[in-house]
Amino acid sequence: MRGIPISGILGTPRIRGAVAIAVTASAALGLAACGTSGPSTTSSAKGLTMWALNDQTILKESVDAYNNDHPDEKITLRLFANDDYKQKLRVAFGANQAPDIFFSWGGGALNDYVKAGKVDTLRASDVKADRFTPSVMQSATFDGKVYGVPANGLAPVVLYYNKKVLADAGVEPPKTYADLLAAVKKLKAKDVVPMSLAANSKWPTLMYLEYLLDRQGGSDVFTKIASGDASAWKDPSVTQANQYLQDLSKAGAFGDNASSVSYDQGASTALLYTGKAAMEVMGTWEYANIAKAAPDFLAKGDLGYTAFPTLPGGAGKADSIVGNPSNFLSLNSATKNKSAALTYFNDYVLNDSQVDAYLAAGSVPPVNGLESKLATVKSSSDKAWLTFVYGLVQNAPSFQLSWDQALPSDQADPLLTNTDKSFLRQIPPAEFGTNMSKATS
Amino acid sequence: MAAPALLLFGLFGLVPLVGVVALSLARWDGLGSVGWAGVANWSAVLTDGATWQALWLTVKVMVISWLVQTPVALALGHFQAPRGRLRALFAVLFFLPLLLSAVAIGLTWQALLDPSFGIGATPGLHWLAKPLLGSPDLALYTVIFVIAWQFVPFHALLYQAGIRQIPTVLYEAAALDGAGPATRFRRITLPQLKYTMVTSSTLMLVGSLTYFDLIFVLSGGTGGPGTATRVLPLSMYITGFQAHDMGRASAVAALLVVFGLGLSLLTTRLSGFTRMDSQQEGM
Repeated sequence: MRGIPISGILGTPRIRGAVAIAVTASAALGLAACGTSGPSTTSSAKGLTMWALNDQTILKESVDAYNNDHPDEKITLRLFANDDYKQKLRVAFGANQAPDIFFSWGGGALNDYVKAGKVDTLRASDVKADRFTPSVMQSATFDGKVYGVPANGLAPVVLYYNKKVLADAGVEPPKTYADLLAAVKKLKAKDVVPMSLAANSKWPTLMYLEYLLDRQGGSDVFTKIASGDASAWKDPSVTQANQYLQDLSKAGAFGDNASSVSYDQGASTALLYTGKAAMEVMGTWEYANIAKAAPDFLAKGDLGYTAFPTLPGGAGKADSIVGNPSNFLSLNSATKNKSAALTYFNDYVLNDSQVDAYLAAGSVPPVNGLESKLATVKSSSDKAWLTFVYGLVQNAPSFQLSWDQALPSDQADPLLTNTDKSFLRQIPPAEFGTNMSKATS
Repeated sequence: MAAPALLLFGLFGLVPLVGVVALSLARWDGLGSVGWAGVANWSAVLTDGATWQALWLTVKVMVISWLVQTPVALALGHFQAPRGRLRALFAVLFFLPLLLSAVAIGLTWQALLDPSFGIGATPGLHWLAKPLLGSPDLALYTVIFVIAWQFVPFHALLYQAGIRQIPTVLYEAAALDGAGPATRFRRITLPQLKYTMVTSSTLMLVGSLTYFDLIFVLSGGTGGPGTATRVLPLSMYITGFQAHDMGRASAVAALLVVFGLGLSLLTTRLSGFTRMDSQQEGM
């Protein structure tokens, strides 16, 4: 259910959905009606079709630039709402009416299409792949072959905090799990929610498990799981990660109401900037959300951010990150106009002006060598933020893709449901791995 | 006269139904080729505890919704039946939920029930600041409440119309015999509303099999917390369109059809709807 929502300071990254939900119901009824816009353009020799999400305003600019330069081989861009998009794309591919270029999250979902032979391999020389951050390219690389180019900002998950609330409670931003537990205690005594969590949406809870497992067992455990090894779910560190999650919940880290809070309504974000909550673990798109919803809060310098705390005796590295490396553009293997698509990938996707546009929107694109550009950013709060995100990704030994994107789509639902059950303490910590292992095999 | 109707029913009713049954015997992820699965989907669905839990939740929503909505709708319909300017105004207010889409209602209630920023944040209403949608024990009842809020106006409208159909001579005669309001309601209104009640109940019971959009929105598309609100239609949607297991989703869909047909037959049989005769009889 999740996208990487980058539309910058002016965008509304995650707060979409209302319309999308309305359409999903009709999608169930109107299978035949979907994707009918694809075929005519796919079969014509000139011109390309491209599908993406409707919050990708900067991506749209690159298409406009391309179209200006190539009036005889234009790209027709169609934008969709998040939830609607995944289904439309799948149905269109199933019916061989898919666009020439499509937007995706990489990982297991993209691999579904690759395995079905629907996606074209991109040679590194075709798309100048060496300009992109290597850890990001991993999400679109299967069996050593590249199937997509990154097309928007990096979205690692970080720990945000309200500086004022932490200071009032006499708490330092937590660096270790012990710090975190101590902070929870002090913050609870001050009657604020220690950590704002939109558990109603389930995927924000998953972010905790992702980090807890990465810190506890190291990044190899999930890499093994993502490669299809169902037994890796039974690794003791999976149980330990769930134990930590349940301990945090039991300690009152998420307050009493977390499971009623939904992310799409912006409530969990609001808890943080209104000072009702002290911290929030969320993707980097949250910065743009806060900038839009509470510019004063940002201007006052009250927003703090840091890496996820370390665990005692954990095998993982302290600077490893999880989240969404980037979104990707991939090429339909049935396209009739591959050379035009490659021209677009090569010269327009995340080119110099695109990089500037993303930086101006508070988002760091997955491109190497941004130091000099970062040094010229005007707004000091933006500059600090962009430098933080860039450094976080550049220094990270591993960048684990969000589990719900990394796994094949048939495992996403059991994953979210079991995460929620573990969070609600409806299942003991060990049962999470057992259930997932069963769902995977 | 029947030919066009049969044709339409065949085209939009039977053909998709046969398609769903065929698909329930196939393996298809929506992308690749369709493969034969035999009864694998069926045995998987029927042996999965989650299916039975979803069915149980569906039945629960159905029965409790009926128990909650019928008396409220009847009372509202009875109140609105006499003509009057104030009543007309009230009626307009009551009917407001009927004009809104399920998605709008879902999003509105989700915001209203938010413990931090919703109704519970109002001074004096802090006792409402509970995780109503987030508690595995309360979520289903909260959903049933919102469903009732949406559909009671419609059923009240049915009852209002039904009551206005009752000949006033019956009431005049009863009044002459010295029957009070309560007796008149029990002895005249209720029996005369028999068929309205059957209609309303059938719509309510069969309709509750399709409660999907509202629950989808209220639970953030997941039937959560945990699986506390994952009714059968939602389970079908998640299996088909999120897990992309079309074969299994079709089996669940076919199960829903069987369940709906059985329910329809049962309500008509129990209520004697098939023998329905004039309401004026015996006047």
